[in-house]
Order: sequence, then C-alpha cells, then structure tokens
Amino acid sequence: MNNNQLLSIEHLSIEFNTHEGVVRAVDDLSFAIKAGQTIGLVGESGSGKSVTALSVLGLIPQPPGNITSGAINYLGDDLLKMPEKQLRQIRGNDISMVFQEPMTSLNPVFRVGYQISEVLRLHKNLSKKQAWQKTVELMDWVGIPEPHRRARSYPHELSGGQKQRVMIAMAIACEPKLLICDEPTTALDVTIQQQVLELLQQLQKDLSMSMLFITHDLGVIADLADEVVVMYRSKKVEQAITAKIFTEAHHPYSKGLLACRPKLHDNPQRLLTVSDFMNAAGEELTPTLAQQQPQIKADKNHHEVLLRVNELKTHFPIKGGFFGRVQSHVKAVDGVSFTVKKGETLGLVGESGCGKTTLGRTLLKLQRATSGSVHYDGIDVFAQSPKDMRRLRSRMQIIFQDPFASLNPRMTIGQAIMEPLNIHRPEDSKVLRWERVAELIKQVDLNPDQLNRFPHEFSGGQRQRISIARALAVDPEFIVCDESVSALDVSVQAQVLNLLLDLQAQRDLTYIFISHDLSVVNFIADRVGVMNQGKIVELNTAEEIYRNPQNPYTQKLLDAIPKGVPRATK
Amino acid sequence: MIQMLVKRLLWGIPVLWLILTLTFFLLRAAPGGPFDQERELSAEVEQLIAQKYQLDQPLMTQYGNYLKSAVQGDLGPSFQYADYSVNQLIALGLPVSLKIGFYALLLALFFGVLLGGFAATYANRWPDLVAMIVAVIGISTPNFVIAPLLILGFSVHMQWLPVGGWSGGQWPYLVLPVVTLSFPFVAAIARLVRSGLLEVLSQPFIQTARAKGLSTYQVLFKHALRPAMLPVVSYLGPAAVGLMTGSVVIEQIFGIPGMGRYFVQGALNRDYTLVLGVVLVIGIMMMLFNLLVDMLYRWLDPRVAKT
Amino acid sequence: MKLKLGLSLLLMLLVVVLFGPWLTGFNPETIHWDDMAAAPDGIYWFGTDVMGRDLYIRTLLGGQVSLMVGLLATLVSVLIGVTYGMIAGFFGGRVDAIMMRTVDVLYALPFLFLVILLLVFFGQNMWLLFAAIGCYLWLDMARIVRGQTLVLKEQAFVESAYAIGQKDAYILLKHILPNLIGVVVVYATLTIPQVIMIESFLSFLGLGIQEPMTSWGALVNEGASYMEMAPWSLLFPALFLSLTLVGFNLVGDGLRDRWDPSMKNQ
Repeated sequence: MNNNQLLSIEHLSIEFNTHEGVVRAVDDLSFAIKAGQTIGLVGESGSGKSVTALSVLGLIPQPPGNITSGAINYLGDDLLKMPEKQLRQIRGNDISMVFQEPMTSLNPVFRVGYQISEVLRLHKNLSKKQAWQKTVELMDWVGIPEPHRRARSYPHELSGGQKQRVMIAMAIACEPKLLICDEPTTALDVTIQQQVLELLQQLQKDLSMSMLFITHDLGVIADLADEVVVMYRSKKVEQAITAKIFTEAHHPYSKGLLACRPKLHDNPQRLLTVSDFMNAAGEELTPTLAQQQPQIKADKNHHEVLLRVNELKTHFPIKGGFFGRVQSHVKAVDGVSFTVKKGETLGLVGESGCGKTTLGRTLLKLQRATSGSVHYDGIDVFAQSPKDMRRLRSRMQIIFQDPFASLNPRMTIGQAIMEPLNIHRPEDSKVLRWERVAELIKQVDLNPDQLNRFPHEFSGGQRQRISIARALAVDPEFIVCDESVSALDVSVQAQVLNLLLDLQAQRDLTYIFISHDLSVVNFIADRVGVMNQGKIVELNTAEEIYRNPQNPYTQKLLDAIPKGVPRATK
Repeated sequence: MIQMLVKRLLWGIPVLWLILTLTFFLLRAAPGGPFDQERELSAEVEQLIAQKYQLDQPLMTQYGNYLKSAVQGDLGPSFQYADYSVNQLIALGLPVSLKIGFYALLLALFFGVLLGGFAATYANRWPDLVAMIVAVIGISTPNFVIAPLLILGFSVHMQWLPVGGWSGGQWPYLVLPVVTLSFPFVAAIARLVRSGLLEVLSQPFIQTARAKGLSTYQVLFKHALRPAMLPVVSYLGPAAVGLMTGSVVIEQIFGIPGMGRYFVQGALNRDYTLVLGVVLVIGIMMMLFNLLVDMLYRWLDPRVAKT
Repeated sequence: MKLKLGLSLLLMLLVVVLFGPWLTGFNPETIHWDDMAAAPDGIYWFGTDVMGRDLYIRTLLGGQVSLMVGLLATLVSVLIGVTYGMIAGFFGGRVDAIMMRTVDVLYALPFLFLVILLLVFFGQNMWLLFAAIGCYLWLDMARIVRGQTLVLKEQAFVESAYAIGQKDAYILLKHILPNLIGVVVVYATLTIPQVIMIESFLSFLGLGIQEPMTSWGALVNEGASYMEMAPWSLLFPALFLSLTLVGFNLVGDGLRDRWDPSMKNQ
C-alpha cells in the first residue's frame, strides 16, 4: 500500500503444541513498519509479542511452534516462505534483534569482541583483523569505555548495562534496516534503562533504521515510538499513533493498561486495573469515580514508633587468596538509621545492589547484622534468644519477590498457610485453624476450594496472594514487602498493590515496601528512603522526595523514570 | 592459575600419604604373609628372608622405612618376583596400561561426541531414540561380557584378530582390548553430550547466534558444543578411574602384561611392596588426571577461571 | 516412555527371578554327571554348565543375589550420602568445609582398589561386600545432596519458613528433604546398576560372591571361561545381567527427565 513500507505482517497466526493442547500464541495479527519508523508492540507476558518478533526472523522452533497462516513481507519477499539459506543472509544483516536478558543472551565462553566480529565476518566478508577493528569502533560507538580492552572481556566480566550495549553493537554491526528490540531494558536498572533507550534513539537516527520495540511498559515507549500496537491474549486490540494511545485509547484493555501503572504526578486512592475496564467476557465497563479520587496521605507523624533502626551495618566478607582468608568486605548495608511509625508505609528505593534487600532481611534477623541495632516495639531484635525470636516472628513478617520460589512446591497452599498457625497457635483445634486458613484465602480474593492444590497450579499473581495470606496468618503488625510486586505484570501488580492497601486499612498494618520502582513506591508509601551503596541518602515524605529532591542521586533516579509522555510525532 | 596448581599439588601430598598409610596397615592387618603359600621353609631360611625384606623389624619401623624410601622414589623389592624391584615392575606394566587407556579414551571421546551430537540433532525423533538405546545398552553391558563376545566373534569365528596377548603392543593385539575398554565410555559420553547440547540449545544465547544469521551447523558446533562439553570434561576425571579399574578386567581377559595384573596377583600373594607401589602410582595418576581435567575445564569455561 | 519401558522390563525380570525358581525341580548345586555342558532343551531350559549343574535355576538364584546386593548396597549409600550431604549443605560454613574436604580426600583414594584389598584379605563375606560397595558409592550421593541442599537453602520458601518462626529441624525435614526426594530417587536408581556392575566385576575377579552361592557376575565369569564349549553358560547370565542394568538405567533416566529441576517450570 505504501512505497516506503519496509515490513508488513499480514494475518499472522502461530500455534504451539503443548502438554495442555494447542495454544494459539498469535491470532490474525497484521501491522506494517515503514522505513525509519518505530513501532511499539505492547502487551503483558504471554500476549504473543515475543513470538511475533521471533517469527519475523524465522526463529520459531517448529515443532512445537506452527505458523498456521499469514505472511511477513519484507521488501516484497515473504519471509515465511523464504528458504533457510536466504533467510540467514537477512538475519543479523538486514534485520537484527536485541533480546531481553543480557545476562544469558551472550555466549559465556567467548570473548564479547569475538561475538561481535563474528557477525561482521559472516555478512560483510571482512578479514579477522578488519572485523576486530570494526568491533572496537562499534563498542566505542555504543558507549563502552576502553573498547580495546573490553573487547577481550568475557560476558561475565561486564555489567548488565554493558552487556546490553554489546548486544546492541552486535545488532547494529551490519547497519540493519530493521532492529527488533525485545524488552531490551526490562532487566536493567532505571538509570541504565534511560541510557540504553537514549542510545537506541540516537542509533536509530544515525542509521535511519526502523525499529520494532517490544515492551510490557507503555511508559518506556512513549517518547520512542511513532505508533503503538497493543496486543492482548494473542490478538491486536488497538493500533494508533503514540500520542493518541495516551490521550484517547479506544479499547478497554488499552485503557486499563494505561490506568494501572502508578504515575508520579497523580495518585488515585486505588489503582484502576484492567478488570475495572472490562469483565472476563471482554465487555467494556466504566470504572467508578470513587476510585479515582486523589489519594490523601494522612499525617502519621504523631503515631508511636514501631521500629527503630540504629547505625545498622551488614557486611559480607570476600574470601580469596591462598588460604581463603577474608580479603575485604562488601558493605551491603553500611550504617543505616531510621524509624517507622505505627500504621505507616516506609518505601525503600534504590537500584540493584544498593543493599535494600539485605536491609530488609537484616531487620528481620534473616541475615546476621555486622553491627548496629533494631528495636521492634521496644524489643531489641538482635538480643533475642532463638526461641524468643521465633515467637517474635509472628509479629513481623516478610513477602518476597519471586512468587515462584517463595512457596514450597511440595506443600499444598493450604498446608503453606497453615504452617505459621501450627507454630504460633498450637493451642487452637485443627478445625479452628482450618477455618482460619479458609478465611485468609478469602481475604486475598482466592477460592477456599483451591486449598489442597499445589503452588504450580497458580499464576504469579495468585501465588503472591497466597504468600500474603501466609504472612497474614498469625496477625502480624509489621510486614516487609521485598520487591513483592516486581515480578508481576502491571495489571496484576496494580491488583496486588490495591490488596496491600486494603489490608493495611483493615488491619492497621505497618509496611516497609522495598522496590526499585519509584512510581510504585510513590503510590504506596507515606515516606520514602532512597538507598545508594548501602546508605540511605535521603529520607522524606513521598511528596517531598518527588517534588523537591535534595540529593543528587535521588535527582538522577527521578530523571531516569520514563515520563510516559509521548514525543511529537513525525 | 599457578596458585591453583600449587595449591592442588600441595593438597595431594597428605592424600597420597593417607592412601599409603591406609594400604600399608590394611595389608599388614590381613591374615597370611607373603611366603605362606610356598613349601614349608626351615626357620633359618624364613629368618633370612624376613631379614632381607625387613619383616623382622617392628611394624612402625618398617612403615617409617618404607615411607622414607618411597619419598626418594624407591618402592622397594618385590616379594613375589624375586629378581625385580617394584620400580622395575611398574616401569614394565605402566606404559602398557597407559597405552590401552589412552587409546580407549580417544576412541570414547570421538565416538561419544559424534553419537551424542547426532542424537541431539535429531532430538526426540527416531535416530535419537536408536542412538540412546545403543548408549543405554553400552552402559549396561559389563566389559567382561563384551570382551568374550568380541573374542568369540572376531577371533574365534572370523579369525581376524588375535584372541589375546600383547606382542609389544602391535595394533592387531590392541584393537579388541581398546574397543572393549572404550565401549561403556562411548555410551556415557554420548549421553552427556546429548543432554548437554539439548540444555545449551535452549539457552537464550543460542537464539542470539541464530539471529546473527549463523547456520545450524555453525550454531551447533561453534556456539553450543563448547559449553556443552563442560559436563563431559567433568566426567573425564571419574572416567580415568574407570579406565584404570576397567583395564584390570581387560588385562586379565586378554592376557596383557599391564599394571592391573600386578595388582590382583600382588594382593592375592600378599606382595606388600608391589601392591603399595601400584596403589601409589594409581593414586598419583588419578590426582594428575583430575588436575588436568580441572585445568581443561577452566580453559573451556572462563567463568570458572576467576573464582 | 523410557520410564514405562524400564519399569515393565524390571517388573518382568523381578517376577522371573523371584518366582521362576518354583517352576523347576532342579537344585542349583546338584551335579548331573551325565549332562555336563548340555545345550538348552526341554529339561535344562538354559542348559547346564561344565559341571553339569542346571543353569536356569542358577541364573535365577544368582539374580536374586545380584539384585539384593544392588538394593542393599544402594540403601547403605543413600542413607549415608543423604544424611551426610544434607547436614553439610544445611549447616554450611565450617561444618560444610570440613565435611566436604573429607569427601574430597576419600574421593582421591583409589577406592575400588581398597575394596578389592579388603575382600582379598578379610575373606569374601557378603555383608562386607555390601558395606564396602555402599561405602564407596555414598560419596557421589553426598555431593549431589549437598549441592541440592545448598540450592534449596537459598530458596525463598526456606527463608519464608524461617520468617514465620520455624525451627531448623522442621525446616530440614519438611521443607528441604521432600524437595530432595526427586534427586535422591533418580540417583539411587542409577546407583543400583552401578552396584550390580561392581559386584559382578568383583565376582569376575573371583572376589565377590563365593560358591556355593552365585551371582550373575560369577556366572558370567564361569561362562566366559567355557564359552567355546558351552556358549549358553555365558549367554543367559549375561543377558539377564544386561537387561537388568538396562532396566534400571532406563528408569533412572526417565525419572531424571521427569524430575530434574532444570526440566521443571517448563
């Protein structure tokens, strides 16, 4: 239809044969990419967006995959019908790809320089020496310091951001016409994410290439994409110019996706989720206005102090040398002091490796502290005997990040929720304890009929609810949420955040909410502590932190958040 | 790297000492002596013999003396082969055992990788099934079953190869022992290569390699094989032990003058010094081999080298 | 499929080995002077050996011994290995360092040679045989279990059990042990054929099971020496031995495919 059309996907359907039968991963998908254009492909995990990307390069494993219909036209040729040999000349040369996991997407046993130069030698017929020279230039271009030296490094010697830069260098080595990016920044910290996004944008301009950018996060593509394609349950539900998606989305799913992501500037009382916009049958609903009332954070300054942390340090020894002696320490938590008031939520934000998770674990004595003290309701936590500590644990709980790892796969969820009751309420009769379990599971919006199922039968969001029920079983007053919603899809994340807020209101809970995601913390926390290199560099009310950051690191973090504001369209 | 080497070699000393000590006292605690089986000797002769081999001295003195000379590389005279020292016997037997073991290992690696690669290429289709059934049978058939069958077939019936013997290690005499010895290792390596390859092929970096435009064979042999060989390399340590113990059987069946023969005969005859010597040599070989394997592993996997 | 094939093979072998001896009236030790090295026929189903003893009953009874050695020695290795590995992995730190260093040292011993020495010197006692083989094979199990325990210990669900105030012993028994069972069963299944192989290897050297008892290894040894005269005396025990090993290996492989943690979550 258009002369400058580079790639068009037409009525593409892809199925997978699984143990549970045939699953349709992509259903009648069509869209086109023009030369120099960036298309954002948005959807939750399992919506079919990665499968679409792989099918463009002919990388769908068949079997179990099966492309049942459709065509992918690239400059007049159907890639799906192209013989493998010809397709190989397109891969990495005309169309290349950057994957999500920089940690595992590079071959661990080859030097990164070799891995980049391999593409050049394959497609550009360069000699070994020429390819290496070009590799070093490329690495310099994508912003890797000391490219001569770094080219000789193995992947594990580079940071996550650097690895992703290497992947990008590899992808642009042959100056492709189309670059497919499959969640390239999801595994990275916000500040690194911002740098990588800027790099991609720059490269696109310099090489005047097209981009297909796949993500679950609408915020990320706002200032990157010209057009957005929204996928839901294997189908395209909406396609529009980026600016339009943000202002006047049509499909209820798109609306839900936009609404469920907490924003820095307006905080509703509850986050709207996809289920507020449409019911299970896919019919459109209108969310009630009450939920969209702006959040008013009550002043909890006059509340009594529940937790007092004083000069807490947790250092890990690094052993090495001839006799495995301690050579130095990693100062994961390095002199942290703060208090948490009853009923409040303290957010702790920071990038990976800043010590926030160690801090949470140390507070609960799941990790031995090097020095300092923690007083909970006046009780010195570190001075407790193992027996007293076990009793104290009924009052302080934790919810972990990974909903797949935090439940014992060999225990039914009923047993899992029962376990804390068995420990702390042994005097109750078994019937009573079971009743309590059923009540808890209802509180986290799950069905008591499912109590004798095993964790693997539940989705990530459901498992996180089960973990919450387990933590609540013994009526704690205080819960540490350690990245508890980070592994979840945005709409599920919103549901769990709402649940946490409801529970706090019902039970007068006190939270420490640990997260790398500033918008989430802003939504849920009364006060926020920003952590960097084992220290809290700034601690203030959420509002103050976001409106008026004092510390340069806080400033940097805030600047790095994708604004979610679309750029002017071309 | 050098630090690791020195560390490992130093660590080896107490291990070797332990092996020697354990074997020494085990030997002495056992009923029977080296000269029991022979004709009744006069007390005088017995006295002389005991003196010659220091058997008349207290046990701890003997132990001390033995250690002292062993450290200097002298493993003492053999009790059974009157005119030979243990060093001489080992110098005769060790090269023979090493030769068989080495060829068997080469053979096993070559065919193991080939078979495993083949099975992984056709994963879960019938060539894979056939290859893996062959492999399971290979692992499940003891070499003392395979050896007689091979002899029956190739030597007795077809008369292509000699039934046994050594003849200075000419190749017709090598074929059957080496093939027999390598058989279970071919199978084991094939299984490791297959599962290693399948695991590596599901890694994201393989997708990266394919997205670059590499061909299936380049992906398989360049990007997948090296990481997939890691479990095979780890297996080579235990395999070396297996080759050494396995050769005891092979040597007996084919009548080959290797070290294994000394060991079994030596033990049956209470030839203290010979058994100690063989145990020591095997211990050293195992250690060296494990060291070699570790170094190979580090070279193959740069991630390990740093730790 | 491997699992089913292996299980049915083993079941068939087990039935034959356990109940097969009832079908014949022959005594394993009776020497039939007129029928030495007789070929298999309607009377002697597997033929007789050079001494004129019925091979059918000898093969089946030898099988009982081989299987028993396999199971008992594996049990020994599992008991020692799992306890040892779990304790080392769970308590970690210095306890772990010392325990695993000990295993390293034992690994470096040419253990099979020591087993041979033991058997040569202290006579071919069957119990000694179980103990010696079991003691040799527990090292692998200990390493595997320790590694697995270390992984499990770091899992969030174990930490979560601490966080709700659970005791060490309970965590070890209720959270770690059940998650080890898969690995243990897989490796135990693969240990059984190893043991049977070692036993037959020792019997082959004349160090294993002694007359009047017999085992597959001992029968193969006898058969091999007379294979030109009476090939069936090699064939039948060898066939049974190999089929059993194939069966266990298939089951072990099948279980591993099904339970291996790396195959999970898929």
